[in-house]
Amino acid sequence: MNKRDFLKGLILFFPAGGVLGALANGSDAKEASPAKAGTADTAPKAGPKAYDPKSHYYGMGIEIDKCIGCNRCVEACKAENNVLQEPFFFRTWVERYVIKKDGDTVVESISVKGKASKDAAQEDSDVLRTFFVPKLCNHCVHPPCVQVCPVGATFATEDGVVLIDSKRCIGCRYCIQACPYGARYLDPRTKTADKCSFCYHRVRQGLLPACVEVCPTQARIFGDLKSKASRLVRFARMNKIHVLKPQLNTEPKVYYAQMDGEVR
Amino acid sequence: MNPEMAHDLTELLGQITGYIYPNEIEIQWSILIVVYPYITGLVAGAFILASLVKVFNVKEVQPTYRLALLTALAFLLVAPLPLLLHLGRPERFYEILLTPNVTSAMAMFGFVYAWYLMAVLLLEVWFEYRRDLIVMGAQERGLMGWIHRALSLFSHDTSEASLAFDRKAIRAITIIGIPSAFLLHGYVGFIFGSVKANPWWGSVLMPIVFLMSAIVSGIALVIFLYMMLAAIRKEPVNMPCLDTVTSYLFYAVIVDFSLEALDFIHRLYQSEESVKILGTLITHKLFMSLFVLQILIGMFIPLGILVVAKWRKLNEDGRKLLYFTAVILIQLGIFSTRWNVVIGGQLFSKSFRGLMAYKMEVMGIEGFLTALVLLAMPFLILAVLIRVLPTKRLADEAPKPA
Repeated sequence: MNKRDFLKGLILFFPAGGVLGALANGSDAKEASPAKAGTADTAPKAGPKAYDPKSHYYGMGIEIDKCIGCNRCVEACKAENNVLQEPFFFRTWVERYVIKKDGDTVVESISVKGKASKDAAQEDSDVLRTFFVPKLCNHCVHPPCVQVCPVGATFATEDGVVLIDSKRCIGCRYCIQACPYGARYLDPRTKTADKCSFCYHRVRQGLLPACVEVCPTQARIFGDLKSKASRLVRFARMNKIHVLKPQLNTEPKVYYAQMDGEVR
Repeated sequence: MNPEMAHDLTELLGQITGYIYPNEIEIQWSILIVVYPYITGLVAGAFILASLVKVFNVKEVQPTYRLALLTALAFLLVAPLPLLLHLGRPERFYEILLTPNVTSAMAMFGFVYAWYLMAVLLLEVWFEYRRDLIVMGAQERGLMGWIHRALSLFSHDTSEASLAFDRKAIRAITIIGIPSAFLLHGYVGFIFGSVKANPWWGSVLMPIVFLMSAIVSGIALVIFLYMMLAAIRKEPVNMPCLDTVTSYLFYAVIVDFSLEALDFIHRLYQSEESVKILGTLITHKLFMSLFVLQILIGMFIPLGILVVAKWRKLNEDGRKLLYFTAVILIQLGIFSTRWNVVIGGQLFSKSFRGLMAYKMEVMGIEGFLTALVLLAMPFLILAVLIRVLPTKRLADEAPKPA
């Protein structure tokens, strides 16, 4: 090859490379775009590289009337997140409310025993109404736990999930005291704080949180508040929603439909 | 999870009344966190007593000045230990200093503590003792002489000008020191008072109540130590001093009681969502520690004793006996105050529907024995400090006590 041939080759090589490169990018984009359209509900289905936390903001909706108190969400959560099986540690739990005609309210956590106790379940004539309320970390917009953590081990992600860095947590438990919802506990294995993560490891891959995935009645709805087509946004449009302890100004992102005033 | 813990928590599960969130079964802040505000309160209170002499020129209190300073120092040295031992991961404590979260009240601990120790207490102690250290260092031979010379940072200047500077410096430090002492303990109150999730804690009065009770406990402790020291050294107690300091104690207890009564009445009158569960809390869980120990034995009885001692014109021995009884009861009362805040605030569910139980460990790292050791440590440190740093100025020192 002489100099002239080499230069000719070069002239051809660069544009060709450019075209090929553009084609390759184009096909990447094609691959990514349906995934983006499909994010309506949850997260992109593309790989972690394509995931942009800025374009998401997650929350959960809970339709109280749909919950049948089967406790499968709790079991799924414990299995998915390796939560201790002992009944003192819950990332999510289900409460049962029995409101009597005389105004008396009896609450229990069916998750502690694994099922609702029989004695409370009797269909007495003095029972006005009963219902189940699933609880979990509210992933507040103004999380008091994040505010008080002395070392910044607990933090809110850009996509609206409150997480704990267990490698940084010093186990002072101030966050547990600061959480108005009892959502946190100290994991005795790591001696660090732990709580619901919205199954962040799944959500980032476009999957639903485990509790949402297994709910047989779709009482739990997970979604992206930044996407107009998300199921959560639709849920919020179709229902009158309420949050827990709004007076504390934590702005929870777990929204309840058909919530009774007795629920705290 | 170890079976022992599972067993303990299962046992507690049976002691719940009403409904609690399932994660609330474990009481997170143990007796060590009761000890922590108790100790910092003693520091702040003792320092404020010491500053009465220097800033407000209360001459009668002079005999307790150095003792109060050393007491504050001894307790301050122990103050971080209960916090450290309580951490789930104590080996990571340095993160709180290296990467503090600026919105966290707790993250400020290291800075408030360091400021108070380095910029206030150690400096004031040094200026106060500089002349004595130089004099002692020059007279003594051997280890003690060397220690004294080292503690004086090898300064030699005992001229009138340098002593005048010492006095000026002490006054300046004390003036900075009073707000710093307020900061140190008011800040501890803020850690609790700023928790909006907990209605038993979340009160704007909390730092002020903490501060007043700190002053009460600090003064009472210095009186106790002063009388003990006099008894050990077989020296006469300076009665005008004792009478003055107990008067301050008397007024401090009254202010402290008024503040707590205000807090109580305010809660009762506002009668917010939480009033019902807090009512059950104090009648079912805190009756002994709040009504009996804190209010009756820790406040009313000592106040009565002080009134009797002041107005009945008792002789010296009678007054001494009454004062001594009163300060011990007051200590008990203030410890109960801390207990009622820290443990009491964790005995009711944030669902406001039920009460939990606290079972104190005895042997464990967060147990009763650790708490006792931590409470005894400052007294040992103080004993060492008094050996090195005499509690009386050298010039008026008697031949040589103990």
